Amino acid sequence: MLPTNDTPVLQVRDLAKAFGSNVVLRGIDLDVYRGKVVALIGPSGSGKTTVLRCLNGLEMPDGGTVAVGASAEGPAGGSAGRSAGTSSGLRLDFGAKVSGREISALRDRSAMVFQHYNLFPHMTVLQNVTEGPIKVQKRPRAEVVKEAERLLDRVGLLEKKDAYPFELSGGQQQRVGIVRALALKPQLLLFDEPTSALDPELVGDVLTVIKELAEEGWTMVIVTHELAFARQMADEVIFMDGGVVVERGPASEVLRDPQQERTQQFVRRLLHEF
Amino acid sequence: MTFDWDLIWSSLGPLIGGAIKGTIPLTLASFSLGLILALIVALMRLSRNAVVSGVARFYVSVIRGTPLLVQLFVIFYGLPTVGVKLDPWPSAIIAFSLNVGGYAAEVIRAAILSVPKGQWEAGHTIGMSRGQALVRIILPQAARVSVPPLSNTFISLVKDTSLASLILVTELFRNAQQVAAFSQEFMALYLEAAAVYWVICLVLSSAQSLLEKRLDRYVAH
Repeated sequence: MLPTNDTPVLQVRDLAKAFGSNVVLRGIDLDVYRGKVVALIGPSGSGKTTVLRCLNGLEMPDGGTVAVGASAEGPAGGSAGRSAGTSSGLRLDFGAKVSGREISALRDRSAMVFQHYNLFPHMTVLQNVTEGPIKVQKRPRAEVVKEAERLLDRVGLLEKKDAYPFELSGGQQQRVGIVRALALKPQLLLFDEPTSALDPELVGDVLTVIKELAEEGWTMVIVTHELAFARQMADEVIFMDGGVVVERGPASEVLRDPQQERTQQFVRRLLHEF
Repeated sequence: MTFDWDLIWSSLGPLIGGAIKGTIPLTLASFSLGLILALIVALMRLSRNAVVSGVARFYVSVIRGTPLLVQLFVIFYGLPTVGVKLDPWPSAIIAFSLNVGGYAAEVIRAAILSVPKGQWEAGHTIGMSRGQALVRIILPQAARVSVPPLSNTFISLVKDTSLASLILVTELFRNAQQVAAFSQEFMALYLEAAAVYWVICLVLSSAQSLLEKRLDRYVAH
């Protein structure tokens, strides 16, 4: 079957996860279509970050399936599409035993941007960005460096390419984190509360970059507390609480006119409307 | 009390010779082998396999719980009774390497654990296997943390190699002993030996500072 916009890049069915006897995820379904942005919102401990970590193989789910589609990679219709790697579809069934090779295949298809950036402190900005493409994907250095410099320039950090992470502000570090993810040319970008650790005045720069990526057509799943941001750029908003999906739908509906009481409470609290 | 300065001057040759031909190569060989062993033992200690980590824990416990001199004597004087006869040099290198392996393993294990978990995760998310993340991401950061404690181990080892004189290895202290026995100038010779050890350790301390400075280039001051 030819990949079309009707084939989800990511399809999650009945995802489950428990830490010991503590059930953190139950019956999570998720479809993310090419070029779409899904925002996961919900209170602390609702399981939204765990969903994201399961998608990148950083947590091992106890059950359910995760399929990352056979669609073309990179931004939909964008010119920055990737050339590296072949992409047949991948489907992992966590009800059965999943091999390490399958987990790394899953990781190859997505890239994560962390709340605390997690840049490599012993590498320069440029090395942080090129490490994965050169050392793991084995792409030619010259091409990777050129591409990395282009991406750094895009986020206004080209002149910082030889700096170490400690010399950058939080907002700058997070932009490098985003570029590090982009350089891998993944099918799917995963953002774990990308602005939660930032000083308020630095949040804007990072959100602007993410918004531009959405406009370029990158497929993204974003865990965020920035409701205004989610409303503005998410195609679908999923509200989670207690490890389950409580409500989902277009951003305009879920955030402006939530149907479930728990969603209403949460949205009111975050917008400081008491 | 007066020193026989002529004797001190003339014995400087044998002492420094003992350092160059004995103490220093013995230290370098034992420390290099010991570090490799320590890295293996540290990784075993961190293994999720209970048997593997148990073996490593037992090894560290025995090495740290017994005197180095006893370890040296077991290898040189003990092993021949069960048919394993080793020359002084191999005996000394084996004993000191095993000893460094035990102590440095704990240093390396702690240094690996001091690197935040997010660094492993960032390595995985750019596609690295555990081994790749360890080599490219974790160990370089652990190295920085472990330089001061490993320098301690190294400097202790320089002095501990004097124990090799007791299994007939010709090194700095054994040469001092021989000149002292011959001339009966014990105070002069042993102070002289002490001074040579001290100078070696001073040089090593400055090397440590330089190394720390180099490895600190990527952290905020």
